[in-house]
Amino acid sequence: MTTVARDPVTDAAPAPPPATPAAGPSRHRFRAAAGFAFGAALLFAVAPLLLSDFRLSLLAKYLCVAMVAVGIGLAWGRGGMLALGQGVFFGLGGYAMAMHLKLADAGPGNMPDFMMLYGQLDELPLWWRPFASPWFALPATVLLPMAVAFVLGSLVFRRRVRGAYFAILSQALAAAMVILLIGQQGTTGGTNGLTDIQGFFGYDLDDPVNQRMVYFIIAGTLLALLAMTRHLMQSRYGELLVAVRDGEERVRFLGYDPATVKLVAYVVAAGMAGLAGALFVPAVGIISPALIGIVPSIEFVIGVAIGGRATLLGPVLGAVAVAWARTALSERFPGTWTYLQGLLFVVVVAFLPGGLASLVGLVRRRSDPPADGGPRPGPFGRLRRRKVEAAS
Amino acid sequence: MTVLIGQLFTGVSIGAVLLLIALGLALTFGQMGVINMAHGEFIMAGAYTTYVLQQVITAAGWSLLVALPVAFVVAGTMGVLLEVLLIRRLYARPLDTLLVTWGVSLILQQLARDVFGSPNVQTRAPELLTGNIALPGGITVANNRLFILALAGGAVVALTLALRLTRLGRRIRAVVQNRDLAAVSGIATARVDRTTFFIGSGLAGIAGVALTLLGPIGPTMGTNLIIDAFLVVVVGGIGQLKGTVIVAFALGVLQASGEYLTTLSVAKVMVFVAIVAFLQWRPQGMFTLRTRSLA
Repeated sequence: MTTVARDPVTDAAPAPPPATPAAGPSRHRFRAAAGFAFGAALLFAVAPLLLSDFRLSLLAKYLCVAMVAVGIGLAWGRGGMLALGQGVFFGLGGYAMAMHLKLADAGPGNMPDFMMLYGQLDELPLWWRPFASPWFALPATVLLPMAVAFVLGSLVFRRRVRGAYFAILSQALAAAMVILLIGQQGTTGGTNGLTDIQGFFGYDLDDPVNQRMVYFIIAGTLLALLAMTRHLMQSRYGELLVAVRDGEERVRFLGYDPATVKLVAYVVAAGMAGLAGALFVPAVGIISPALIGIVPSIEFVIGVAIGGRATLLGPVLGAVAVAWARTALSERFPGTWTYLQGLLFVVVVAFLPGGLASLVGLVRRRSDPPADGGPRPGPFGRLRRRKVEAAS
Repeated sequence: MTVLIGQLFTGVSIGAVLLLIALGLALTFGQMGVINMAHGEFIMAGAYTTYVLQQVITAAGWSLLVALPVAFVVAGTMGVLLEVLLIRRLYARPLDTLLVTWGVSLILQQLARDVFGSPNVQTRAPELLTGNIALPGGITVANNRLFILALAGGAVVALTLALRLTRLGRRIRAVVQNRDLAAVSGIATARVDRTTFFIGSGLAGIAGVALTLLGPIGPTMGTNLIIDAFLVVVVGGIGQLKGTVIVAFALGVLQASGEYLTTLSVAKVMVFVAIVAFLQWRPQGMFTLRTRSLA
């Protein structure tokens, strides 16, 4: 109850963001621009130079996961909505893209190979047809997930279903979608999913040069999403989102509609997951129910939790690190990796709720006392505050 | 008519399984607001207990009977361990309990894989439970389903009586209604929590024993069941068992009739849509506990 006075809505609106107490707005902006340039250089120059084609395509895959993580960071870390079903939106984007690429591979008038095998269909199902056109399929990769998120989100948030209830519902959505996809084998490829994708808008995906191009598209998209999310987080809307997380009722009393605030973050996160799914398909060449069900949906969250849910870069770094560790360790010690993944999750969430990013914050706070001469928070001040935030 | 009654029975028997799984979950969720994703792995523990006991006691009937109390204790002990080691620290953060217990469930699944191997195993059902009972009018009812129905009914009755009549039950209800007030009145809430967790997790073990009658036992068997069970608890409402009972059977019947009219996969989606629609009407679930607690 003592944290009421620290709420951003009630008293901290004119003060600078608490994360960097010493930095003025211009220095803050400069630091962000420098960091952005550094990240771009790393992704566009260093990584392609140092990594083999195989490693680079793996990195492309991880960056797709990182895109989903950025959205989860926004919805969960900032908005307090634990979205456990992001695999659904990743899958909608992925399937939309894969359907288009399959149809393009088959050529005009032909049907994708698997339909003849399982479906014994005479002609293309009606709902596949629009995806033949890139003008429909490409926007659909983002708009379709956003639409589904909008419908579910507005139903759920308007009725003030929240917290654990929302998490369970979003998870149930993932379960239902996987069962639906597997059940309609003739038109969705069933358990196998849509495999063996050859071309990407006229480019052959087997060619390493084109794989590199796909990597650059993915890296560029991730950077763009990060810039957009940073902008969103620092805007008035971002403040409002955090306020809804920390005290939904108070925001309501101030005259805002918390349901709309939450809905925006959830829909944006869904769009990011859809885009990630769409770019995942050319990078990996497959989309299947196993990639989007309950387990992968929660694994998206694992990276975010470990990296630091409430920060901008924490989810990205956490997602890439977890995906990389999975590949590195599960090849050699498949069992050990599962133990490690579970243990990491337990330890970080239970004992370091701010994720690894909060360690950086602790170190910085010690060396960097607040400029206004106010009292320095204790080493665990930040963590303790998180606890209270999560409780509300 | 025969078809209708047959479908109804299928639905009821799906509901009985759901009920058995959701009962323990409702208890722990209602008591502490804790979302235990490892509940599915406690079910698995109950199932593997049955499997292990059958290696020792070869008579399938006896091993099943012995398995019921043993699985209760095994799963219950696991639950208490989890509560003491982790969940106790997270009472103020319900969403985080979901994530932490998911990590635990990953570890337990891998443990099962390392101990019992990843392929599914099977137990033999007792002779008595393999057949069908033919009712007049051409309706047949599978014995094992009937047994599970009886087990679920027994668990509900026992739990209700325990909550109504015993000292412990009174304490549990007091903590559910108003934790702070209960603590002030001299109830050792931490001990009550631990006991509740033992009972709730133990019920998962019983559910695991029942599931060995229906299908194979595997490391991931819990994951698929847990979501449905959570939906039952969410729709049923917190703090009272009658919501859980009604919703478990309602969802079971809905699932069965949906499957009959369309396909399994479409039925699942139908159930999901029905749940979201229901929550529009009653966002807090079917029954809500009225308290004067400020929380």
